[in-house]
Amino acid sequence: MTAALVLVAALTVACVIAVAFPFLREPSATSDLIEETDASGRRQLELIEVRDRALATLKELEFDHRTGKVSDEDYRTLVGPLRREAAQALRAIEPVAQAASAAAAGKATAET
Amino acid sequence: MPQLGRAALVVSLGLVAYALIAGAAAAVTRRRRLAVSARNALIAAFGSTVVASVVLVVALIRHDFAFTYVASHTSRALPTRYAVSAFWGGQEGSLLLWLLVLTGLGALAVWLNRRSRDLVVWVVPVIAGVATFFAWMLVVVASPFATQRAPFDGAGLNPSLQNPYMVAHPPLLYLGYVGLTIPFAFAMGALLSGQTDERWIIATRRWTLIAWTALGIGQLLGAHWAYQEVGWGGYYAWDPVENAALMPWLAATAYLHSVMIQEKRGMLKIWNVILVSLAFCLSLFGTFLTRSGVVSSIHSFTQSSIGGWFLGFIVVVVVLTVGLIFYRLPLLRTKTRLESLVSREATFLYNNLLLVALCLTILWGVTWPIITEAVSGEARVVGRPYYDFFLRSFGLPLLLLMGIGPLIAWRRASLKGLGKTFAWPAGLAVTAGVVLIAFGAGSSTPGLIAYTFSAFVLGTIGLEFVRGTRARRALSSEPWPQAFSSLIARNRRRYGGYIVHAAIVLLAIGIAGSSAYQHVTDKKLARGQSLGVGPYTVTYRALERSSNPNATEVRAVLDIRRGSHLVGTVKSGKNAYTEPAGQISNEVGIHTNYLTGEDVFVIAETVYGNGTVYFRVLVKPLVNLIWLAGLIFLLGSLITLWPDAREERRLAARYAEVALGTVPTR
Repeated sequence: MTAALVLVAALTVACVIAVAFPFLREPSATSDLIEETDASGRRQLELIEVRDRALATLKELEFDHRTGKVSDEDYRTLVGPLRREAAQALRAIEPVAQAASAAAAGKATAET
Repeated sequence: MPQLGRAALVVSLGLVAYALIAGAAAAVTRRRRLAVSARNALIAAFGSTVVASVVLVVALIRHDFAFTYVASHTSRALPTRYAVSAFWGGQEGSLLLWLLVLTGLGALAVWLNRRSRDLVVWVVPVIAGVATFFAWMLVVVASPFATQRAPFDGAGLNPSLQNPYMVAHPPLLYLGYVGLTIPFAFAMGALLSGQTDERWIIATRRWTLIAWTALGIGQLLGAHWAYQEVGWGGYYAWDPVENAALMPWLAATAYLHSVMIQEKRGMLKIWNVILVSLAFCLSLFGTFLTRSGVVSSIHSFTQSSIGGWFLGFIVVVVVLTVGLIFYRLPLLRTKTRLESLVSREATFLYNNLLLVALCLTILWGVTWPIITEAVSGEARVVGRPYYDFFLRSFGLPLLLLMGIGPLIAWRRASLKGLGKTFAWPAGLAVTAGVVLIAFGAGSSTPGLIAYTFSAFVLGTIGLEFVRGTRARRALSSEPWPQAFSSLIARNRRRYGGYIVHAAIVLLAIGIAGSSAYQHVTDKKLARGQSLGVGPYTVTYRALERSSNPNATEVRAVLDIRRGSHLVGTVKSGKNAYTEPAGQISNEVGIHTNYLTGEDVFVIAETVYGNGTVYFRVLVKPLVNLIWLAGLIFLLGSLITLWPDAREERRLAARYAEVALGTVPTR
């Protein structure tokens, strides 16, 4: 019974320390906010996903064409739109990334 | 030490309730330290649940009958390995296993994804919400640490559970059920945070695969257990509890395919969230069916009043999930449309519709007795023909699609190109069909179709490996074996997936062979008499009796001949257990031909006092391919699951790019 009580007490104390640890480690944190992706960051991410999708599909198409799974005719039909899609995404990312970068720098300057 | 176990569970309940409330508050107010504190509480809850579990395991091993649970599910004569498996043999222990696996997987998942703070901040309260329900059940409703004045001996474990398969089958199913909580929590986290980009899919891909693999292997082990231990000559009876494990597996299978459409085309975001939620709700429903005893099942080893709690929780989860999906519909809608009905995404879509249709028809069959009892006061059960009809109707087209899908390009494919691509596999399938008819397999049309489709799928898979290896060689000039292994290593998801497809084909061949082409004979025999079944003659030679502290065993010894050639001897009989007194189990005799995959399966239905025995003998062609399929399924899943460093670096680079736009909001 005594051993059980001691173990229960030890377990409870360990759990309380684990839960309180972030506050014990940083009693007065300078910034206590969770970073959130802003609208331009979200747009950038969206475009990056479009770019990566197009590039991955293009890569897979090349591989399937090489293996003979996709015929020459199908390859010619598919490869053009895919390349255009990837290029469009790449072109669209650049200004959004620059805007996001500028906004982040502006925020950082304002905070300091 | 029951006090320690009880206290540890109370601590777990406090921690997960804190993780739920503090986690939700942190997510709403975006407080970083509070969010980390909630995450730590979830991790600590795993620690305290481990303590509670250790207390129960020690009590089971020590046969400490002061624990009501130990006295109800073990006895002194029970071997230690089965005493440990009694952990999940009863209701309270099963709930504790749920909580243990949930807090363990949850803690690991949030820790591994701790850098995606804006997403994980909502994942913690979702996991904690589910864990709070189970911790509450364990503390308030069904405690495994209830005590009593210790009796001299316990009631023992159900004899059917005293089987090596039962040591692994339930934990794997629970790993599958509980594992589906993680993708669900991330999907809900994405909806709650409004971060509906691909991160939640990437974060949960491996978790879904782990849960799906565990559920698949768990079911196959259960089928093998039923085949060897239950002794009725089959391995799947469409029992409600078996169906309860199959339904979330089917939903998760549909998700694993449809998620590829989202990754490749950015489509089906709403559908994917629905599938993940369906899989999780069905896993809760499965636990509810197993544990409530609401429907009659050979698996309902315990029946209790916890059904109402579970049903209430399922209703809450469904309402909240549906409401959240509706609320976030604008974020989930996509502009991308299906370009052609002849494309890889279209075949995946057909596959999804068939899988979900199969899942829902099984759900309808499972719930039909509950509905009819509620409406008319009399429970009506749908029988095997209902399930077999829908399995054939949806399963055979699914099998065919498994061969078609991988050979079609994304976006669109021309019919001319397809003709060229499918020429070899289609030729193989037609040849296989003709050969099978010539060998007499035309007696079963579904069986013949299943075999023909299987040949087609195996042909496409083989072709994929050959073409891929050839292309790899052309690029790298590697020798064939090296080109083959690097092909798989560089495309783990694709080729691991093909291996899983090959396993499903073997499963289909095994099921078709052992059900459509089996032979059955039953007859009462005296010593020295024989019966004929298929190409075999089975002769009852002798009857043996023996006793051990756990059971009295009686075995009939039978010789099996094919023509005049003795191919083997089997023993088939019954065990009468000491504890629980009066419990009798069938101990079947199985002769396996490892070359053909065929079994001769002997059941001693009734052993008479004069030594005569009523036998039921089955010849099950190709049945062992089902178990072989399990091993290949595991291999394919492991290849798919294996971490891909190049892919991880690519994703890390992707999110590093966006970090430029990541700023504190306050």
